[in-house]
Amino acid sequence: MLESYTGAAILLLIATAIAVGMVVATTILGPKRQFADKMEPFECGESQLVSPYQRFSVKFYLVAVLFILFDIEAVFLFPWAILYKKLGLFGLIEMMVFLLILGVGLMYVWIRGGLDWE
Amino acid sequence: MIDDILNFLDPYWWLIIGVVKAVIIAVGLLSTVPLLVWLERRLMGRFQVRLGPNRVGPLGLGQALADAIKLLFKENIVQSSADKFLFYLAPAVVVFTAIVTFSAIPFGEPFEVGGESIGLWGANLNIGLLFIFAVSSMGIYGIVLAGLSSNNKYSLMGGLRSSAQMISYELTLGLSALCVVLMSGSLNLYDIVKSQSDMPYAIPLFPAFVLFFIAGVAETNRAPFDLPEAEQELVAGFFTEYSGMKFAMFFMGEYINMITMSALITILFLGGWNSYIGFDIPILVFAFKVFLLLCVFIWLRSTFPRIRYDRLMTFGWKILLPTSLVTMLAYSAIKVLVIDA
Repeated sequence: MLESYTGAAILLLIATAIAVGMVVATTILGPKRQFADKMEPFECGESQLVSPYQRFSVKFYLVAVLFILFDIEAVFLFPWAILYKKLGLFGLIEMMVFLLILGVGLMYVWIRGGLDWE
Repeated sequence: MIDDILNFLDPYWWLIIGVVKAVIIAVGLLSTVPLLVWLERRLMGRFQVRLGPNRVGPLGLGQALADAIKLLFKENIVQSSADKFLFYLAPAVVVFTAIVTFSAIPFGEPFEVGGESIGLWGANLNIGLLFIFAVSSMGIYGIVLAGLSSNNKYSLMGGLRSSAQMISYELTLGLSALCVVLMSGSLNLYDIVKSQSDMPYAIPLFPAFVLFFIAGVAETNRAPFDLPEAEQELVAGFFTEYSGMKFAMFFMGEYINMITMSALITILFLGGWNSYIGFDIPILVFAFKVFLLLCVFIWLRSTFPRIRYDRLMTFGWKILLPTSLVTMLAYSAIKVLVIDA
């Protein structure tokens, strides 16, 4: 059983080696001619006036919260999709009820304007 | 002598097979990326009635290689106010997750060598589909970290946008893949292909196929969903500050993700290596289907204009998500009440 994972495990090591190797190689191989202006963050030729770390739109936060809700729903759906034969009609109705509750939640967010970007 | 060596190696046979498989997959992926870049530039050239790269080597095939060498020897600028560690980590995460995702993709029937059955996959996992979703969504970390560590507002906004886009479309991706899981009753990608030996799922599950494809294009950040790198607004998005090979690594990740997504669509909806017309070289059938899908990806890029960010999010949450939920429910009801009744 574990043997079926060897390919994936070794590819994990190779992928690490490739990723690290490329970063190291480009760091070593490239020329290094540095001066103060070159090392500034890109800003269309001007100096950066304000820090980029400022408040950002709360919509991104909302999207993240909604994603967690619906992703957990998807996590519940996957085992059900495998076991629906055993659960049959009972499982289907249970799942419908579960999805209905989530659907009502989605409608609520929708009506309250949580999904609008302006 | 040879017998001695074989006897010595016998208990480690599984390890040797694993290493060979992993090396073949890694080398194959890394050499497909320049080819794909070349294909994209050639096709884009034809779509725009120009020649595309044709100077370096026959048909311009050497162009991608020349670019790779050039990028490797370019200066690697890390601007002074960046978070150095995260700045170096981000491209490595992107490439790492892109390569590892491919390990669960099967691309042919197993064959026999010396009494050992060798499968054409990195790993035949029972939870293959979940593994792919789990690992590929880790790629978001690379993008967020690149945006955060650059200390540049274009990068930060690009990173934020990209992560919001990817998590929004991942829901549709998961829900439409669920239809396939319902029909096949398995998360094992090999079993899913086996269950399509009569008909590819793209026909009975056509709505799910369309949803999955749209979400797949958005997940790989390809045009018309290439918002994170919207040049007019964000310079180059989350990799504005990157140069040299680290810059190219983001593209490598994107192209490998494109290959993985095409392979996944082939497996889930297009019947994998089943040819349906009696052509019996599984790996060629699979490669051909993946190639066609990659051409569709490039075709989309040269056909559609980029959509606006608010429309992208509205499309994802108000159209794709409800549609995929309803599709999923409809298929589960059909499956339980009609097919299994």
